[in-house]
Amino acid sequence: MIRIQHLYKSFGDLAVLNDVSLDIHPGSITAVLGPNASGKSTLIKCILGLVNPDRGRILVDDESIARRWHYRAKVGYMPQIARFPENLSVDELFSMIRDLREDAEDVDIELFARYELGAMGKKHLGTLSGGTRQKIIAALAFLFNPRILILDEPTVGLDPVATTILKDKLRKERAAGRTVLLSSHLVNEVEELADHIVYVLDGKPIFDGSMEEIKRATAETRLDRALVRIMETAKEGDHGARR
Amino acid sequence: MGHAGKILKYELHNMVRSKWLVGIAAMLFVVTEVLFRFGGDPGKTVTSLMNVVLVIVPLMSVVLGTIFFYNSREFNEILLAQPVNRTSIYLGKLIGFSGALCLAFVVGVGLPFVIHSFGLRAYAGKIATLLAVGCCFVLIFSALAFYAATRFEDRIKGLGATLVAWFVLAVVWDGLILLFVHLARDYPYEPGLLGMVFLNPIDLGRILILLQLDISALMGYTGAVFRSVFGSQNGIILSAAAMVIYAAVPVVLGLRTFRRKDF
Repeated sequence: MIRIQHLYKSFGDLAVLNDVSLDIHPGSITAVLGPNASGKSTLIKCILGLVNPDRGRILVDDESIARRWHYRAKVGYMPQIARFPENLSVDELFSMIRDLREDAEDVDIELFARYELGAMGKKHLGTLSGGTRQKIIAALAFLFNPRILILDEPTVGLDPVATTILKDKLRKERAAGRTVLLSSHLVNEVEELADHIVYVLDGKPIFDGSMEEIKRATAETRLDRALVRIMETAKEGDHGARR
Repeated sequence: MGHAGKILKYELHNMVRSKWLVGIAAMLFVVTEVLFRFGGDPGKTVTSLMNVVLVIVPLMSVVLGTIFFYNSREFNEILLAQPVNRTSIYLGKLIGFSGALCLAFVVGVGLPFVIHSFGLRAYAGKIATLLAVGCCFVLIFSALAFYAATRFEDRIKGLGATLVAWFVLAVVWDGLILLFVHLARDYPYEPGLLGMVFLNPIDLGRILILLQLDISALMGYTGAVFRSVFGSQNGIILSAAAMVIYAAVPVVLGLRTFRRKDF
Protein backbone atom coordinates (compact mmCIF):
# COMPACT_ATOMS: atom_id res chain seq x y z
CA MET A 1 0.00 0.00 0.00
CA ILE A 2 1.38 3.38 -1.01
CA ARG A 3 -0.16 6.49 0.50
CA ILE A 4 0.73 9.92 -0.78
CA GLN A 5 -0.34 12.82 1.42
CA HIS A 6 -0.32 16.48 0.37
CA LEU A 7 2.81 16.29 -1.71
CA TYR A 8 4.38 19.49 -3.02
CA LYS A 9 7.45 19.90 -5.17
CA SER A 10 8.79 22.84 -7.14
CA PHE A 11 11.87 23.13 -9.28
CA GLY A 12 12.80 26.80 -8.98
CA ASP A 13 9.65 28.77 -9.67
CA LEU A 14 7.92 25.88 -11.37
CA ALA A 15 5.44 24.04 -9.17
CA VAL A 16 5.63 20.47 -10.50
CA LEU A 17 3.55 18.77 -7.84
CA ASN A 18 0.83 20.81 -6.24
CA ASP A 19 -0.89 19.16 -3.29
CA VAL A 20 -1.02 15.58 -4.52
CA SER A 21 -2.85 13.06 -2.33
CA LEU A 22 -3.33 9.52 -3.60
CA ASP A 23 -3.70 5.97 -2.43
CA ILE A 24 -2.16 3.34 -4.66
CA HIS A 25 -4.19 0.19 -4.18
CA PRO A 26 -2.46 -3.10 -3.49
CA GLY A 27 -3.12 -6.00 -5.83
CA SER A 28 -4.03 -3.81 -8.76
CA ILE A 29 -2.52 -1.87 -11.62
CA THR A 30 -2.71 1.89 -11.35
CA ALA A 31 -1.89 3.97 -14.41
CA VAL A 32 -0.75 7.57 -14.10
CA LEU A 33 -1.66 9.53 -17.18
CA GLY A 34 -1.20 13.14 -18.13
CA PRO A 35 0.28 15.43 -20.74
CA ASN A 36 4.01 16.04 -20.98
CA ALA A 37 5.43 17.98 -18.04
CA SER A 38 2.34 17.33 -15.94
CA GLY A 39 4.39 15.91 -13.07
CA LYS A 40 4.01 12.16 -13.70
CA SER A 41 7.69 11.35 -13.63
CA THR A 42 8.31 13.57 -10.61
CA LEU A 43 5.54 11.79 -8.72
CA ILE A 44 7.04 8.40 -9.53
CA LYS A 45 10.51 9.59 -8.60
CA CYS A 46 9.23 10.88 -5.25
CA ILE A 47 7.97 7.39 -4.41
CA LEU A 48 11.35 5.94 -5.33
CA GLY A 49 13.18 8.48 -3.22
CA LEU A 50 14.94 9.93 -6.28
CA VAL A 51 13.27 13.29 -5.77
CA ASN A 52 12.83 14.84 -2.34
CA PRO A 53 9.42 16.50 -1.95
CA ASP A 54 9.25 20.01 -0.48
CA ARG A 55 6.25 19.19 1.68
CA GLY A 56 3.93 16.29 2.35
CA ARG A 57 4.78 12.67 2.90
CA ILE A 58 4.71 9.26 1.32
CA LEU A 59 3.92 6.14 3.31
CA VAL A 60 4.84 2.68 2.11
CA ASP A 61 3.20 0.07 4.34
CA ASP A 62 2.35 2.83 6.85
CA GLU A 63 5.95 4.01 7.17
CA SER A 64 7.23 7.33 5.94
CA ILE A 65 9.94 6.90 3.32
CA ALA A 66 11.63 10.26 3.94
CA ARG A 67 15.41 9.74 4.20
CA ARG A 68 14.90 5.96 4.25
CA TRP A 69 16.29 3.42 1.82
CA HIS A 70 15.49 -0.01 3.22
CA TYR A 71 11.93 0.12 1.90
CA ARG A 72 13.30 -0.01 -1.65
CA ALA A 73 13.94 -3.73 -1.10
CA LYS A 74 10.18 -4.03 -1.71
CA VAL A 75 10.29 -1.98 -4.91
CA GLY A 76 11.18 -2.89 -8.47
CA TYR A 77 11.72 0.04 -10.83
CA MET A 78 11.83 0.20 -14.58
CA PRO A 79 12.96 3.65 -15.74
CA GLN A 80 12.14 5.17 -19.08
CA ILE A 81 15.68 5.29 -20.41
CA ALA A 82 18.37 2.81 -19.52
CA ARG A 83 22.09 3.22 -19.87
CA PHE A 84 24.57 0.95 -18.22
CA PRO A 85 28.31 0.99 -17.58
CA GLU A 86 29.57 0.34 -21.10
CA ASN A 87 32.37 -2.06 -20.35
CA LEU A 88 30.50 -4.45 -18.09
CA SER A 89 28.89 -7.55 -19.53
CA VAL A 90 25.22 -8.46 -19.14
CA ASP A 91 26.15 -11.19 -16.65
CA GLU A 92 28.25 -8.75 -14.63
CA LEU A 93 25.40 -6.25 -14.45
CA PHE A 94 23.04 -8.89 -13.08
CA SER A 95 25.59 -10.10 -10.55
CA MET A 96 26.23 -6.51 -9.49
CA ILE A 97 22.57 -5.85 -8.75
CA ARG A 98 22.21 -9.25 -7.09
CA ASP A 99 25.26 -8.47 -4.97
CA LEU A 100 23.65 -5.23 -3.85
CA ARG A 101 20.47 -7.07 -2.90
CA GLU A 102 21.94 -10.22 -1.47
CA ASP A 103 19.27 -10.29 1.24
CA ALA A 104 16.59 -10.95 -1.39
CA GLU A 105 15.39 -14.48 -0.75
CA ASP A 106 14.58 -15.89 -4.15
CA VAL A 107 14.78 -14.44 -7.60
CA ASP A 108 12.25 -14.42 -10.40
CA ILE A 109 14.02 -15.06 -13.69
CA GLU A 110 10.91 -15.44 -15.83
CA LEU A 111 11.51 -12.27 -17.88
CA PHE A 112 15.25 -12.94 -17.99
CA ALA A 113 14.48 -16.33 -19.51
CA ARG A 114 11.67 -15.25 -21.84
CA TYR A 115 13.73 -12.36 -23.19
CA GLU A 116 16.60 -14.82 -23.74
CA LEU A 117 19.06 -12.59 -21.96
CA GLY A 118 21.18 -15.55 -20.87
CA ALA A 119 22.34 -15.99 -24.47
CA MET A 120 24.00 -12.56 -24.47
CA GLY A 121 25.61 -12.87 -21.05
CA LYS A 122 29.12 -12.18 -22.28
CA LYS A 123 28.20 -9.17 -24.38
CA HIS A 124 29.28 -5.75 -23.21
CA LEU A 125 26.46 -3.44 -22.26
CA GLY A 126 27.83 -0.65 -24.45
CA THR A 127 27.19 -2.69 -27.59
CA LEU A 128 23.51 -3.46 -26.94
CA SER A 129 20.57 -1.95 -28.81
CA GLY A 130 18.01 0.25 -27.07
CA GLY A 131 15.39 -2.49 -27.14
CA THR A 132 17.71 -5.02 -25.51
CA ARG A 133 18.64 -2.53 -22.80
CA GLN A 134 14.93 -2.03 -22.17
CA LYS A 135 14.48 -5.80 -21.80
CA ILE A 136 17.33 -5.85 -19.31
CA ILE A 137 15.79 -3.19 -17.08
CA ALA A 138 12.45 -4.97 -17.27
CA ALA A 139 14.10 -8.22 -16.17
CA LEU A 140 15.93 -6.36 -13.39
CA ALA A 141 12.74 -4.70 -12.13
CA PHE A 142 11.01 -8.07 -11.66
CA LEU A 143 14.08 -9.98 -10.50
CA PHE A 144 13.63 -9.73 -6.75
CA ASN A 145 9.92 -10.49 -6.49
CA PRO A 146 9.15 -6.91 -5.48
CA ARG A 147 5.77 -6.31 -3.87
CA ILE A 148 5.63 -2.91 -5.53
CA LEU A 149 6.43 -2.42 -9.20
CA ILE A 150 6.97 1.04 -10.61
CA LEU A 151 7.26 1.33 -14.37
CA ASP A 152 7.86 4.56 -16.26
CA GLU A 153 6.62 4.16 -19.84
CA PRO A 154 7.67 0.52 -19.84
CA THR A 155 6.81 -0.48 -23.38
CA VAL A 156 8.42 2.43 -25.22
CA GLY A 157 11.26 0.90 -27.23
CA LEU A 158 10.10 -2.70 -26.84
CA ASP A 159 9.07 -4.72 -29.87
CA PRO A 160 5.50 -6.11 -30.01
CA VAL A 161 6.50 -9.58 -28.83
CA ALA A 162 8.48 -8.20 -25.89
CA THR A 163 5.60 -5.86 -25.06
CA THR A 164 3.16 -8.76 -24.93
CA ILE A 165 5.48 -10.72 -22.68
CA LEU A 166 5.73 -7.74 -20.34
CA LYS A 167 1.96 -7.24 -20.25
CA ASP A 168 1.41 -10.93 -19.47
CA LYS A 169 3.92 -10.64 -16.69
CA LEU A 170 2.18 -7.59 -15.25
CA ARG A 171 -1.17 -9.39 -15.19
CA LYS A 172 0.46 -12.33 -13.49
CA GLU A 173 1.98 -10.10 -10.83
CA ARG A 174 -1.35 -8.44 -10.23
CA ALA A 175 -2.94 -11.85 -9.75
CA ALA A 176 -0.20 -12.58 -7.22
CA GLY A 177 -1.30 -9.52 -5.24
CA ARG A 178 1.48 -7.12 -6.21
CA THR A 179 0.97 -3.38 -6.47
CA VAL A 180 1.77 -1.95 -9.88
CA LEU A 181 2.17 1.72 -10.68
CA LEU A 182 2.71 2.58 -14.30
CA SER A 183 2.99 5.75 -16.30
CA SER A 184 2.18 5.68 -19.97
CA HIS A 185 1.16 7.76 -22.94
CA LEU A 186 -0.34 4.80 -24.73
CA VAL A 187 -4.04 4.91 -23.94
CA ASN A 188 -4.78 1.53 -25.53
CA GLU A 189 -2.22 -0.13 -23.36
CA VAL A 190 -3.59 1.52 -20.24
CA GLU A 191 -7.15 0.57 -21.14
CA GLU A 192 -6.02 -3.00 -21.57
CA LEU A 193 -4.09 -3.26 -18.32
CA ALA A 194 -5.10 -0.75 -15.69
CA ASP A 195 -7.67 -1.09 -12.93
CA HIS A 196 -7.24 2.44 -11.64
CA ILE A 197 -6.60 5.66 -13.47
CA VAL A 198 -4.94 8.76 -12.09
CA TYR A 199 -5.01 11.70 -14.45
CA VAL A 200 -2.51 14.41 -13.59
CA LEU A 201 -2.69 17.93 -14.96
CA ASP A 202 -0.33 20.74 -13.92
CA GLY A 203 0.91 18.81 -10.92
CA LYS A 204 -2.49 17.92 -9.55
CA PRO A 205 -4.53 14.73 -9.98
CA ILE A 206 -7.80 15.85 -11.56
CA PHE A 207 -9.16 12.33 -11.69
CA ASP A 208 -8.51 9.39 -9.41
CA GLY A 209 -10.75 6.35 -9.69
CA SER A 210 -11.34 3.00 -11.29
CA MET A 211 -11.63 2.37 -15.00
CA GLU A 212 -15.43 1.99 -14.72
CA GLU A 213 -15.70 5.20 -12.73
CA ILE A 214 -13.90 7.28 -15.31
CA LYS A 215 -16.11 5.95 -18.08
CA ARG A 216 -19.25 6.37 -16.05
CA ALA A 217 -18.35 9.87 -14.90
CA THR A 218 -17.75 11.03 -18.46
CA ALA A 219 -20.46 8.92 -20.13
CA GLU A 220 -17.88 7.64 -22.61
CA THR A 221 -17.17 4.05 -23.55
CA ARG A 222 -13.58 4.57 -24.60
CA LEU A 223 -10.78 5.69 -22.34
CA ASP A 224 -9.23 8.15 -24.80
CA ARG A 225 -12.58 9.96 -25.17
CA ALA A 226 -13.08 9.92 -21.43
CA LEU A 227 -9.66 11.49 -20.88
CA VAL A 228 -10.38 14.27 -23.36
CA ARG A 229 -13.66 14.94 -21.61
CA ILE A 230 -11.96 15.09 -18.20
CA MET A 231 -9.39 17.54 -19.48
CA GLU A 232 -12.04 19.76 -21.05
CA THR A 233 -14.05 19.80 -17.85
CA ALA A 234 -10.95 20.71 -15.90
CA LYS A 235 -10.16 23.59 -18.25
CA GLU A 236 -13.73 24.91 -18.13
CA GLY A 237 -13.56 24.81 -14.37
CA ASP A 238 -10.35 26.75 -14.54
CA HIS A 239 -11.89 29.42 -16.77
CA GLY A 240 -14.92 29.60 -14.50
CA ALA A 241 -12.69 30.14 -11.52
CA ARG A 242 -10.81 32.93 -13.30
CA ARG A 243 -14.02 34.66 -14.29
CA MET B 1 31.56 -6.23 1.91
CA GLY B 2 29.41 -3.13 2.27
CA HIS B 3 27.38 -1.63 -0.53
CA ALA B 4 30.06 1.00 -1.25
CA GLY B 5 32.66 -1.75 -1.65
CA LYS B 6 30.49 -3.64 -4.12
CA ILE B 7 29.82 -0.58 -6.21
CA LEU B 8 33.52 0.25 -6.10
CA LYS B 9 34.40 -3.23 -7.34
CA TYR B 10 32.16 -3.07 -10.40
CA GLU B 11 33.08 0.54 -11.14
CA LEU B 12 36.74 -0.50 -11.11
CA HIS B 13 35.98 -3.43 -13.45
CA ASN B 14 34.17 -1.14 -15.82
CA MET B 15 36.88 1.55 -15.76
CA VAL B 16 39.84 -0.78 -16.19
CA ARG B 17 38.37 -1.96 -19.50
CA SER B 18 37.68 1.56 -20.69
CA LYS B 19 39.51 2.56 -23.87
CA TRP B 20 40.10 6.00 -22.37
CA LEU B 21 41.91 4.58 -19.41
CA VAL B 22 44.05 2.23 -21.49
CA GLY B 23 44.81 5.18 -23.79
CA ILE B 24 45.93 7.33 -20.88
CA ALA B 25 48.18 4.63 -19.47
CA ALA B 26 49.70 4.12 -22.95
CA MET B 27 50.21 7.84 -23.47
CA LEU B 28 51.91 8.28 -20.09
CA PHE B 29 54.06 5.25 -20.83
CA VAL B 30 55.19 6.68 -24.17
CA VAL B 31 55.92 10.12 -22.70
CA THR B 32 57.94 8.66 -19.83
CA GLU B 33 59.79 6.28 -22.15
CA VAL B 34 60.68 9.08 -24.56
CA LEU B 35 61.88 11.30 -21.71
CA PHE B 36 64.01 8.41 -20.52
CA ARG B 37 65.63 7.84 -23.87
CA PHE B 38 66.33 11.49 -24.60
CA GLY B 39 66.66 12.85 -21.11
CA GLY B 40 69.61 10.78 -20.03
CA ASP B 41 69.67 10.25 -16.30
CA PRO B 42 66.54 9.38 -14.33
CA GLY B 43 66.87 12.58 -12.29
CA LYS B 44 66.19 14.67 -15.38
CA THR B 45 63.39 12.36 -16.40
CA VAL B 46 61.73 12.91 -13.02
CA THR B 47 62.06 16.68 -13.44
CA SER B 48 60.46 16.61 -16.87
CA LEU B 49 57.81 14.21 -15.69
CA MET B 50 56.99 16.60 -12.89
CA ASN B 51 55.50 19.00 -15.39
CA VAL B 52 53.40 16.19 -16.87
CA VAL B 53 52.15 15.28 -13.43
CA LEU B 54 51.46 18.87 -12.43
CA VAL B 55 49.51 19.84 -15.52
CA ILE B 56 48.24 16.74 -17.31
CA VAL B 57 47.16 14.60 -14.36
CA PRO B 58 44.78 17.22 -12.90
CA LEU B 59 43.48 18.01 -16.40
CA MET B 60 42.75 14.41 -17.34
CA SER B 61 41.16 13.81 -13.94
CA VAL B 62 38.72 16.71 -14.23
CA VAL B 63 37.82 16.05 -17.85
CA LEU B 64 37.38 12.28 -17.54
CA GLY B 65 35.72 12.58 -14.13
CA THR B 66 33.05 14.96 -15.38
CA ILE B 67 32.42 12.97 -18.57
CA PHE B 68 32.17 9.66 -16.71
CA PHE B 69 29.88 11.02 -14.05
CA TYR B 70 27.51 12.60 -16.56
CA ASN B 71 27.52 9.40 -18.61
CA SER B 72 26.55 7.33 -15.61
CA ARG B 73 23.55 9.51 -14.79
CA GLU B 74 20.92 7.05 -16.08
CA PHE B 75 22.58 4.11 -14.41
CA ASN B 76 22.77 6.08 -11.16
CA GLU B 77 18.98 6.24 -11.26
CA ILE B 78 18.84 2.46 -11.33
CA LEU B 79 21.32 2.25 -8.46
CA LEU B 80 19.43 4.87 -6.46
CA ALA B 81 16.25 2.84 -6.80
CA GLN B 82 17.96 -0.13 -5.10
CA PRO B 83 17.92 -0.52 -1.32
CA VAL B 84 21.27 1.21 -0.98
CA ASN B 85 21.97 4.58 0.62
CA ARG B 86 23.24 7.47 -1.41
CA THR B 87 26.53 7.82 0.45
CA SER B 88 27.55 4.27 -0.52
CA ILE B 89 26.75 4.92 -4.18
CA TYR B 90 28.69 8.19 -4.32
CA LEU B 91 31.75 7.02 -2.44
CA GLY B 92 31.80 3.67 -4.23
CA LYS B 93 31.79 5.40 -7.60
CA LEU B 94 34.34 8.05 -6.64
CA ILE B 95 36.84 5.65 -5.13
CA GLY B 96 36.35 3.18 -7.99
CA PHE B 97 36.92 5.88 -10.60
CA SER B 98 39.91 7.53 -8.98
CA GLY B 99 41.40 4.15 -8.09
CA ALA B 100 41.29 3.09 -11.73
CA LEU B 101 42.82 6.38 -12.84
CA CYS B 102 45.59 6.09 -10.23
CA LEU B 103 46.30 2.61 -11.55
CA ALA B 104 46.60 3.90 -15.12
CA PHE B 105 48.91 6.69 -13.92
CA VAL B 106 51.14 4.45 -11.79
CA VAL B 107 51.42 1.81 -14.53
CA GLY B 108 52.00 4.35 -17.31
CA VAL B 109 54.65 6.34 -15.48
CA GLY B 110 56.07 3.58 -13.30
CA LEU B 111 56.61 0.90 -15.93
CA PRO B 112 59.48 2.66 -17.78
CA PHE B 113 61.27 3.10 -14.46
CA VAL B 114 60.97 -0.61 -13.83
CA ILE B 115 62.11 -1.49 -17.34
CA HIS B 116 65.15 0.78 -17.11
CA SER B 117 65.91 -0.34 -13.62
CA PHE B 118 69.28 1.43 -13.75
CA GLY B 119 69.75 3.99 -11.02
CA LEU B 120 66.36 3.10 -9.69
CA ARG B 121 67.58 2.60 -6.18
CA ALA B 122 69.08 6.07 -5.97
CA TYR B 123 65.91 7.64 -7.29
CA ALA B 124 63.34 5.49 -5.55
CA GLY B 125 62.40 8.24 -3.08
CA LYS B 126 61.94 10.79 -5.85
CA ILE B 127 59.89 8.46 -8.02
CA ALA B 128 57.77 7.50 -5.04
CA THR B 129 57.13 11.19 -4.28
CA LEU B 130 56.20 11.79 -7.90
CA LEU B 131 53.77 8.88 -7.96
CA ALA B 132 52.28 9.77 -4.56
CA VAL B 133 51.73 13.41 -5.55
CA GLY B 134 50.18 12.26 -8.85
CA CYS B 135 47.77 9.93 -7.05
CA CYS B 136 46.79 12.72 -4.64
CA PHE B 137 46.04 14.91 -7.67
CA VAL B 138 43.91 12.18 -9.22
CA LEU B 139 41.80 11.93 -6.07
CA ILE B 140 41.51 15.70 -5.52
CA PHE B 141 40.58 16.50 -9.10
CA SER B 142 38.27 13.50 -9.58
CA ALA B 143 36.42 14.57 -6.45
CA LEU B 144 36.21 18.09 -7.85
CA ALA B 145 34.87 16.74 -11.16
CA PHE B 146 32.26 14.58 -9.42
CA TYR B 147 31.20 17.55 -7.33
CA ALA B 148 30.75 19.77 -10.37
CA ALA B 149 28.90 17.03 -12.25
CA THR B 150 26.53 16.59 -9.31
CA ARG B 151 26.09 20.30 -8.78
CA PHE B 152 25.38 21.30 -12.40
CA GLU B 153 22.59 19.64 -14.33
CA ASP B 154 24.04 20.94 -17.60
CA ARG B 155 27.09 19.06 -18.88
CA ILE B 156 28.66 22.09 -20.50
CA LYS B 157 28.42 24.09 -17.29
CA GLY B 158 29.85 21.24 -15.24
CA LEU B 159 32.76 20.66 -17.58
CA GLY B 160 33.32 24.42 -17.87
CA ALA B 161 33.42 24.84 -14.10
CA THR B 162 36.01 22.11 -13.64
CA LEU B 163 38.14 23.44 -16.48
CA VAL B 164 38.08 26.93 -14.96
CA ALA B 165 39.10 25.47 -11.58
CA TRP B 166 41.93 23.58 -13.26
CA PHE B 167 43.05 26.65 -15.21
CA VAL B 168 43.11 28.84 -12.10
CA LEU B 169 45.04 26.31 -10.03
CA ALA B 170 47.46 25.16 -12.75
CA VAL B 171 48.09 28.42 -14.58
CA VAL B 172 46.62 31.60 -13.09
CA TRP B 173 47.82 30.90 -9.57
CA ASP B 174 51.48 31.16 -10.61
CA GLY B 175 50.74 34.56 -12.09
CA LEU B 176 49.12 35.65 -8.85
CA ILE B 177 52.13 34.46 -6.90
CA LEU B 178 54.48 36.43 -9.16
CA LEU B 179 52.27 39.48 -8.82
CA PHE B 180 52.28 39.10 -5.04
CA VAL B 181 56.06 38.76 -4.93
CA HIS B 182 56.42 41.80 -7.17
CA LEU B 183 54.10 43.95 -5.08
CA ALA B 184 55.54 42.81 -1.78
CA ARG B 185 59.17 42.78 -2.91
CA ASP B 186 60.24 45.46 -0.39
CA TYR B 187 58.84 43.46 2.49
CA PRO B 188 59.62 40.00 3.83
CA TYR B 189 57.20 38.18 1.56
CA GLU B 190 58.16 34.57 2.30
CA PRO B 191 55.42 33.83 4.87
CA GLY B 192 52.77 35.14 2.48
CA LEU B 193 54.30 33.19 -0.38
CA LEU B 194 54.31 30.06 1.73
CA GLY B 195 50.64 30.65 2.54
CA MET B 196 49.76 31.01 -1.15
CA VAL B 197 51.60 27.80 -1.98
CA PHE B 198 49.67 25.98 0.70
CA LEU B 199 46.40 27.27 -0.73
CA ASN B 200 46.95 25.49 -4.04
CA PRO B 201 47.42 21.71 -4.18
CA ILE B 202 49.27 21.91 -7.51
CA ASP B 203 51.87 24.33 -6.10
CA LEU B 204 52.16 22.28 -2.97
CA GLY B 205 52.84 19.18 -5.09
CA ARG B 206 55.39 21.05 -7.17
CA ILE B 207 57.36 22.18 -4.11
CA LEU B 208 57.26 18.69 -2.64
CA ILE B 209 58.75 17.20 -5.81
CA LEU B 210 61.28 20.00 -6.33
CA LEU B 211 62.62 19.64 -2.82
CA GLN B 212 63.20 15.95 -3.51
CA LEU B 213 65.21 16.84 -6.58
CA ASP B 214 67.92 18.85 -4.80
CA ILE B 215 67.41 21.76 -7.12
CA SER B 216 65.77 23.92 -4.49
CA ALA B 217 69.14 25.61 -4.10
CA LEU B 218 68.35 27.28 -7.41
CA MET B 219 65.44 29.02 -5.77
CA GLY B 220 67.71 31.10 -3.56
CA TYR B 221 66.46 32.45 -0.28
CA THR B 222 62.87 31.36 -0.95
CA GLY B 223 64.14 27.87 -1.65
CA ALA B 224 65.89 27.89 1.67
CA VAL B 225 62.68 28.97 3.40
CA PHE B 226 60.78 26.17 1.69
CA ARG B 227 63.50 23.70 2.51
CA SER B 228 63.37 24.66 6.18
CA VAL B 229 59.57 24.36 6.21
CA PHE B 230 58.94 21.38 3.91
CA GLY B 231 62.19 19.52 4.48
CA SER B 232 61.57 18.97 8.14
CA GLN B 233 59.41 16.15 9.37
CA ASN B 234 56.77 18.62 10.51
CA GLY B 235 56.75 20.15 7.06
CA ILE B 236 56.09 16.80 5.43
CA ILE B 237 53.29 16.07 7.89
CA LEU B 238 51.88 19.55 7.31
CA SER B 239 51.88 19.21 3.52
CA ALA B 240 50.42 15.71 3.69
CA ALA B 241 47.66 17.07 5.95
CA ALA B 242 47.03 19.90 3.49
CA MET B 243 46.72 17.34 0.65
CA VAL B 244 44.21 15.33 2.68
CA ILE B 245 42.17 18.49 3.30
CA TYR B 246 42.24 19.32 -0.42
CA ALA B 247 40.87 15.88 -1.19
CA ALA B 248 38.36 15.94 1.66
CA VAL B 249 36.78 19.29 0.79
CA PRO B 250 35.46 18.37 -2.69
CA VAL B 251 34.53 14.85 -1.47
CA VAL B 252 32.42 16.26 1.38
CA LEU B 253 30.87 18.98 -0.79
CA GLY B 254 30.03 16.49 -3.53
CA LEU B 255 28.58 14.00 -1.09
CA ARG B 256 26.40 16.65 0.53
CA THR B 257 25.10 17.77 -2.86
CA PHE B 258 24.53 14.20 -4.03
CA ARG B 259 22.59 13.28 -0.89
CA ARG B 260 20.19 16.20 -1.34
CA LYS B 261 19.90 16.10 -5.10
CA ASP B 262 16.72 15.44 -7.08
CA PHE B 263 17.33 12.97 -9.90
